[in-house]
Amino acid sequence: MDKFESFSGVAAPMPLVNIDTDMIIPKQFLKTIKRSGLGVNLFAEMRYLDDGSENPDFVLNNAAYRNAEILVAGDNFGCGSSREHAPWAIKDFGIKCVISTSFADIFFNNCFKNGILPITLPQEQIDVLMRDAEKGSNARLDIDLENQTVTTSEGESFAFEVDPFRKHCLLEGLDDIGLTLEKATAIDSFEAQAGQARPWV
Amino acid sequence: MTGKTLYDKIWDAHLVQQDADGTGLLYIDRHLVHEVTSPQAFEGLRLAGRKLRAPEKTIAVPDHNVPTTEGRDKVIENEDSRIQVEALDKNARDFGINYYPVSDVRQGIVHIVGPEQGWTLPGMTVVCGDSHTATHGAFGALAHGIGTSEVEHVLATQTLIQSKSKNMKVEITGQLAPGVTAKDITMAVIGRTGTAGGTGYVIEYCGEAIRSLSMEGRMTVCNMAIEGGARAGLIAPDQTTFDYVKGRPHAPKGAQWEAAMEWWKTLYSDDDAHWDKVITIPGEEIAPLVTWGTSPEDVLPITDVVPEPSSFKGGKVDAARRALDYMGLKAGQKLSEIEIDTVFIGSCTNGRIEDLRAAAAILKGKKIKDGMRAMVVPGSGLVRAQAEEEGLADIFKAAGFEWRLAGCSMCLAMNPDQLAPGERCAATSNRNFEGRQGKGGRTHLMSPAMAAAAAITGHLTDVREIL
Repeated sequence: MDKFESFSGVAAPMPLVNIDTDMIIPKQFLKTIKRSGLGVNLFAEMRYLDDGSENPDFVLNNAAYRNAEILVAGDNFGCGSSREHAPWAIKDFGIKCVISTSFADIFFNNCFKNGILPITLPQEQIDVLMRDAEKGSNARLDIDLENQTVTTSEGESFAFEVDPFRKHCLLEGLDDIGLTLEKATAIDSFEAQAGQARPWV
Repeated sequence: MTGKTLYDKIWDAHLVQQDADGTGLLYIDRHLVHEVTSPQAFEGLRLAGRKLRAPEKTIAVPDHNVPTTEGRDKVIENEDSRIQVEALDKNARDFGINYYPVSDVRQGIVHIVGPEQGWTLPGMTVVCGDSHTATHGAFGALAHGIGTSEVEHVLATQTLIQSKSKNMKVEITGQLAPGVTAKDITMAVIGRTGTAGGTGYVIEYCGEAIRSLSMEGRMTVCNMAIEGGARAGLIAPDQTTFDYVKGRPHAPKGAQWEAAMEWWKTLYSDDDAHWDKVITIPGEEIAPLVTWGTSPEDVLPITDVVPEPSSFKGGKVDAARRALDYMGLKAGQKLSEIEIDTVFIGSCTNGRIEDLRAAAAILKGKKIKDGMRAMVVPGSGLVRAQAEEEGLADIFKAAGFEWRLAGCSMCLAMNPDQLAPGERCAATSNRNFEGRQGKGGRTHLMSPAMAAAAAITGHLTDVREIL
């Protein structure tokens, strides 16, 4: 995984609440056996019209947001299924950070596994960021993971919380399977002890 | 010292290691796998030259993609679906995991097969690359969905990196009224808390109304814990649980059964356990429910009307407006007057034998409305066989239902069972998201008995009028 570096990027506003994983990546695109190439299908049913052409009303089809690297979204982003195709599509499109008041649990976990930073902030701050995002491509947000801040184009800065272990993995681009395999001895001894205590498992 | 919740007890029993920052490494007892969220994980193992740590604790079954029509064990026509199913066949073979292929009568929806075969047992940790893994919580097992990267992590290490959730108690007191089912309980809870109300929590469902449910009903309740945003739903095991588990192919036997029972009987929340949040709903107050919108929290009693978007707060006002537009409904319209053209009975929420019995009880001796497309998709081949033996299949067929083979089918419409744009479905599944059952399709969630009633009348119907 690439290291997550601080960046300044265009933020696309998506104020809709409960944006679910079926909206993010509809089921017809889950039939792949690869992780790559899903960006073109991101938000497919909102993004394209029935004839396959772009829906001019959809935010990411607006010239200002075509290269957005940040999403500012309504409550409970990513609810629904466990499909990791959702963060794969987001990442493949070029988005590295999603900001909302709340995220669904599995989607939130999946983001970290794919070098995407999900940031949770209170409603008042989301309102400020949403207004900033609505200004278009001239208004860029600064995302600083190291110092845990989001800064608006006006220079207003908000601090956010992030789990220290996940922050470390993002900053270093670590593969957590490799990290856990280093704990193989602990897993072996747990397995031996649990095998005695609960032999039926 | 404060007592422990059931969740605390299972967590503690599976904690391999806890870091100073609170991050835990949790041992996984059962890993369920299906064809859609696993190919990239197996590929990842191969590319990194890693081994599968515990193939004997890994169980795979194709369900999401498979057609539900005859002949599917010979050929799956959709090429992408076929490739995914073939990839699972190969991965199961190469890595030596327990496998129920399409041709096996035990094949079905992963969350129905696991309990049916006795893989799911009280006190276990169970994960699967599918959000409805919450279903297994009905056994007092800590069960939740994971993404594909975590699937790969579990395949390689049999553990999961987890931070602990908070504890929420949802108590359903008293008894349910006639015509009200486990589905109505779980929808009532989501209606109360919202789809994000459970975020950050593990829910334990308790109370007399929960205790009175069969295992099938308990699985329905826990299944939709995820729709309330919770990481998992749990119900403490009791005699109902033990009776269901006993004698299943992979349940412990003899002395091991006795030893297991000794531990299982300690799996309950202590009286003095700490709860971060408590919700109480009197069972008597729950009515048969339906959804009107495009989020599972859009729940109302069938006797109600479509709500006015302006009656909501914040971002939900626009969301409700968008939902009514998508659903083709008007505020103030009676829910019981909404006409439907499709009925889907099945899914990991309501595809078990009890669900089919409940629907068949309504349909017995009746016909579905002219022009109605109605299908029953049993949750597993064994549920299907049992329903045939009990004569339920004949009731469905005589009423005009299609009698299908097992799979996820129109719950998520990855296989050919889909709604066309504008079609409106009474569904026993779990999600009414835009496009969930097919692009432009409109979904109303409800119990199997309510779906059966709607199939007869052609509109959403209060099942209590038919009882």
